[in-house]
Amino acid sequence: MSALLDIKQLSLHTENVRLLYGVDLTIAPGERVGLIGESGSGKSLTAMAATGLLPTNIRASGSITLAGRPVIDASEHQLNLLRGTAAAVVFQEPLTALDPLMRIGRQIAEPLRRRAARDGQRLSGTELDAAVLAMMGDVALPDPERIARAYPHEISGGQRQRVAIAMALACKPSLLIADEPTTALDVTTQAEILCLLDRLVRERNMALLFISHDLPVVAGIVDRVVVLRQGEVVEAGPVHQVFAHPQHAYTQSLVAAAHAFDTALGAVP
Amino acid sequence: MTTLDQIAAPNRRRRFGSLTLWAGIALVGIHIAVGLLTVVWTPYDPSGMTGGRLEAPSWLHWAGTDRLGRDFLTQIMIGSRIALIVGTGAVAIGAIIGVTLGLLAAFATKLLDDAFAATLDILIAFPTLLIAMLVVAAADTANLGSAIFALGIALSAIVARLTRILTKRVLLLDYITAARTSGTSWLGIVFRHILPNIWPTLSVSFALQFGLAAIAEASLSYLGLGAPPPNASWGRLLQEAQGTVYTAPIGAIAPGIALVSLVIGINLLADGLRDSVDPTRRAR
Repeated sequence: MSALLDIKQLSLHTENVRLLYGVDLTIAPGERVGLIGESGSGKSLTAMAATGLLPTNIRASGSITLAGRPVIDASEHQLNLLRGTAAAVVFQEPLTALDPLMRIGRQIAEPLRRRAARDGQRLSGTELDAAVLAMMGDVALPDPERIARAYPHEISGGQRQRVAIAMALACKPSLLIADEPTTALDVTTQAEILCLLDRLVRERNMALLFISHDLPVVAGIVDRVVVLRQGEVVEAGPVHQVFAHPQHAYTQSLVAAAHAFDTALGAVP
Repeated sequence: MTTLDQIAAPNRRRRFGSLTLWAGIALVGIHIAVGLLTVVWTPYDPSGMTGGRLEAPSWLHWAGTDRLGRDFLTQIMIGSRIALIVGTGAVAIGAIIGVTLGLLAAFATKLLDDAFAATLDILIAFPTLLIAMLVVAAADTANLGSAIFALGIALSAIVARLTRILTKRVLLLDYITAARTSGTSWLGIVFRHILPNIWPTLSVSFALQFGLAAIAEASLSYLGLGAPPPNASWGRLLQEAQGTVYTAPIGAIAPGIALVSLVIGINLLADGLRDSVDPTRRAR
């Protein structure tokens, strides 16, 4: 079975800093993989590299293959055809990920229309409006008619993240990259968004790359985890195995910290 | 969210904002109406000697007559038309050239961009009027077209610098990255995300430059580099009134009031526009 995303020996450097070193990451179609690490460990950079969106001052070596096509050194035009279709991204901060001056409905309509155009269909007018409302229904946005006409600052953080998810799904990607999608949300909303992502990925048979620093969040949603520390992979394997029997000292400390946190919470009357 | 916004920005502020807009619309509207009116009707024939020389204001000649006995109000009214044509033309030329160059610079490689930024800084260091005078001098003929073109070129440097900086700031934002990850082309990003997001600031700048262009045109005409007679530019009227300012002060006061009222109107309009273009600042 050919992998959807295949990263081999990926290293990233700026002129004098090593950001990522020898990272291997493979995601098969429909597979869910978690990428764990602390701030600055290179999680988000890995995701950006996978879609060919690295800043120009970062040099990449190694190989990245997305949907069978090379990403490193590919032309902007080739990458554009991959983006959205092969992989779409949900970002951490839902407020800044939405255009502040565009109504929600139009923001969701745009990727829907583009995906239809790529599939050789024209989607416009009332058909497009219906597709937008259907998409908003899929991500369980309340009162879609009203929210479609609203601007991002007029809806809540959880609703914005649902909109961002709807925009990513509108591209009908084979791989959904979720870059800390719940970090900016409160705990209740986090749980709702996780359930939503879990359901949508399952329903649409997408692969998922879930990036987070939060162990319990990752454990609930993925099959396999890769632990990143200071730009290097320190441990990888099925989620239960890694969490039950962590091999590397860093993973052990992460798991221990999560347990200590749980215990502390449990101890509170 | 809405309630919080209202607490943070009380209604007084909002009402003042719309008052600004309406005052601007009223002042600029008067000039536009007068300018359009002169196309079909003026109180007197603009070049006809219809009264005595340097008459004081009267019921026959509301703003008196000039030294050749022509009705002064007619000249002021035609001046509105000239000022509006020059302002619109110069801002349009400045906007087209400036926005295009600014966008290109923002997307260019670092070396090109730095060179461009330095060139613009040098150009902007020269006063707008001086650049406009140089362009008129190079064009070798002083007429309305050359004045518009010269001012447009002079303004384009300011527009280009502003566009470049605004674009670079927007390019760093997450929603641009989000649009790129979903496969939006650069052209799509420019027209769908960048231009709408820099437009509120740009439109305010355009309005301010319209005022700048109106003043600069008056200065060019004052120096004899603007529209030649019989185009009654306010600047030329001021220049002609120079010799008779003590005997017939209305000749200096009237064009001055006309120019100032247009520029103030445009500035008020710019301020009001900014509040209404930006939905996050709009009262709902």
